[in-house]
Amino acid sequence: MDMPVPDAAILGRKAEIVKRLQQVLPADAVIHEPHETRAYECDALTAYRCAPLCAVLPSTTEEVSAVLKVCHEEGVPVVPRGSGTSLAGGALPTADCVILGVARMNGVIETNYADRYIRVQSGRTNLSVTGAVEEDGFFYAPDPSSQLACAIAGNIGMNSGGAHCLKYGVTTNNLLGVTMVLMDGKVVEIGGAHLDAGGLDLLGVICGSEGQLGIVTEATLRILRKPEGARPVLIGFDSNEVAGACVSDIIKAGVLPVAIEFMDRPCIRATEAFAHAGYPDCEALLIVEVEGSEEEIAEQLSVITGIAKTHNPVELRESQSAEQSAAIWLGRKSAFGAMGQINDYMCLDGTIPVSSLPHVLKRIGEMSKEYGLDVGNVFHAGDGNMHPLILFDANKEGDLEKCEAFGADILRLCVEVGGCLTGEHGVGIEKRDLMVDQYNGVDLEAQLRVKDVFDPQWLLNPAKVFPLASSESRRGASSRRAA
Amino acid sequence: MLKPKDEAELSEIVKGAEGPLWIEGGGTRGPGPATNGVRLSTAGLSGITLYEPGALTLVAKAGTPLAEVEAALAEENQRLAFEPMDHRGLLGTSGEPTIGGVVAANVSGPRRIQVGAARDALIGVRFVDGRGDVVKNGGRVMKNVTGYDLVKLMAGSFGTLGVLTEVSFKVLPKTPASATLAFGGLSVERAVSLLSAALGSPFEVTGAAHLPGEARTLVRIEGFEASVDYRVGRLSEVLAGFGAPQVERDPEAVAEVWRGVRDASMFAGNGQDVWRISVKPSDAPAVVAALGGAEVLMDWGGGLVWAGVAPGTDLRAMLPSVKGHATLVRGAAETHGALGTFHPEPAPLAAISAGLRAKFDPRGVLNPGRMG
Repeated sequence: MDMPVPDAAILGRKAEIVKRLQQVLPADAVIHEPHETRAYECDALTAYRCAPLCAVLPSTTEEVSAVLKVCHEEGVPVVPRGSGTSLAGGALPTADCVILGVARMNGVIETNYADRYIRVQSGRTNLSVTGAVEEDGFFYAPDPSSQLACAIAGNIGMNSGGAHCLKYGVTTNNLLGVTMVLMDGKVVEIGGAHLDAGGLDLLGVICGSEGQLGIVTEATLRILRKPEGARPVLIGFDSNEVAGACVSDIIKAGVLPVAIEFMDRPCIRATEAFAHAGYPDCEALLIVEVEGSEEEIAEQLSVITGIAKTHNPVELRESQSAEQSAAIWLGRKSAFGAMGQINDYMCLDGTIPVSSLPHVLKRIGEMSKEYGLDVGNVFHAGDGNMHPLILFDANKEGDLEKCEAFGADILRLCVEVGGCLTGEHGVGIEKRDLMVDQYNGVDLEAQLRVKDVFDPQWLLNPAKVFPLASSESRRGASSRRAA
Repeated sequence: MLKPKDEAELSEIVKGAEGPLWIEGGGTRGPGPATNGVRLSTAGLSGITLYEPGALTLVAKAGTPLAEVEAALAEENQRLAFEPMDHRGLLGTSGEPTIGGVVAANVSGPRRIQVGAARDALIGVRFVDGRGDVVKNGGRVMKNVTGYDLVKLMAGSFGTLGVLTEVSFKVLPKTPASATLAFGGLSVERAVSLLSAALGSPFEVTGAAHLPGEARTLVRIEGFEASVDYRVGRLSEVLAGFGAPQVERDPEAVAEVWRGVRDASMFAGNGQDVWRISVKPSDAPAVVAALGGAEVLMDWGGGLVWAGVAPGTDLRAMLPSVKGHATLVRGAAETHGALGTFHPEPAPLAAISAGLRAKFDPRGVLNPGRMG
């Protein structure tokens, strides 16, 4: 993955830049010694590493503003970082950049149950947002798998989803307002506790902009009352086609499950060997979960199992207790760990129209043979978001490159059938060069122009999202320094 | 009137435009306040291009009548969950609302509190920008974070960034049963407390309105038959402190009441200026009090206040200092001109919005002045 050549002039001015940052931040908030900056050399896409010029850890919106003013004046690129859990390289530094980490800004500012929102600093982790309200019976709905660690700032940057978004939507559907610092240090308030921020929907375009439009320091999030209960049913099939048809029939019947998870045979076998969840050895497995009171759950599950039975499942297991629910979820929740036990893996994130599922799985199987790399599929079937896990050996010469080429082919296939490159992880550097497969030059130009408005010097996370060739003239390297 | 029959012709028209274009879907929201220029209708871009009920996805050309979309969905027992309002009664207009118009104005109804606004259901757009270029963003899948979300940006942009040519939605199943719980005699404060308690319950309230004039407070439940029974019972218990509700279970009667709330029909033909105020629900009582004797309808648990005031009144000047915004929905052109249709934005945001409009429409030909 190419990254722009670092700006030698910036590297040469490191001492001066660090000094200016130290003037606006507490001493312990500027990290610049080489052995310390290494902690920020990568995110969860660990195949790519580069230590930044320095890293800063501001504690307030004012400090973020002061940092950005300095960087703006110095013409130094800034790479925002939440908790560093991006699988797409969204927080990967360049040698000439300042990493701006929001981890110290993790407080709860306000909780309001009457109006059903919480306002937090953006460095707060996803799970601890729910943690702050769950004793009172509320929760924050988006639940990415990394929710224990990932920050709300990163969730907003990538418009993160999770397993339950068929019912509750993704981050953008649960974000009411932000405080954001623009690259020139200006602080703006967008939206708030009221619905539908007035004017153009700037909140909508900021969410998912991968830290390229501004640094979000505070967020107002919608919280919901917890459902009375939830219970899953596990359904096994001997064909992907039939499993896909079953998903479609469930949805058509008017039931809106809170989650429909799909696993294919390679994934079922791997998880079974690892977690011993007692899954049937079949071609495809669905876990369908519904919510409500006991009576409501029973009613919905009877509709779902009724539909499933018309598709001759090889296994149909309705949870009758909390223990059984946990057992049904155990394998699914262990899937990534199970694959990781076998080998290194790359986790993809394309989305496809649900109707294309059998075709896509068949093609992935064929490509797996062509590339000689195994792949298992975990899939949020309700919304079409696939997570193929390609196994490779990082220590084997050429395996990573082969794996990346295979991954790119799968993502192109997703686009070809009417889907997209990334459903919830973001583009980062990982899918940057594939953007041209989904969008033509005009489509990309429209997006680039949005960044031109928010960040005319292209200093915020500049080497991400867009193919380097398409952003090159805008990034303009050494000419960035403000006069 | 210009009426392109496809995207390519529309692109040529915009490229060749020498002055402002006034973009129109079905014309049911009437001419925009600062409307001028050559009328450009999207009516020629019509038809549902893709509908997959099993994937909850519908794609339609922008000029497709909303009624056609809703009829197709109804055949599969599905719907646009955000419950778009019909402006015709309120504004005294005729014509057929189009799906593109719904998107351009981000039109949502009572169910917005539970399922989100039009922008939340919108998953893809195609549009012709002010340069005449055809741009696509998003697509037909409901989880998509590939590049910037211009889909959201286009929703509610009132044609100032581009002329929509095609829109894609996530749709939802229709619910087989519904109920309205109606409480009487509550003050605005008590009503908002009731609605907050209802919305803060696990019973998935899909409508929460208060009609101060009639002192009626309405809570809607939708779902499977047995589930609605259960939730009506539990909500009645939880809300017992506010009195015993009248429960309406007849589907037509339930739909009728919520259509009235959705379309703000109490203001139809009454000659007042009508404003739409968005605040957090707990600020709503102060807003209503500050409006004095104005006629008011409250939706979204109190978060949406519709107010009818004497023509020409500067309602914004009457509002207490709470966060939110007020939009003039019905008023004379002079009032729109004098007061502004949309709430003034803080300077840095206004600058960003103006910057975006200038990038998408550098010659200023698309509905200039419509949003500022």
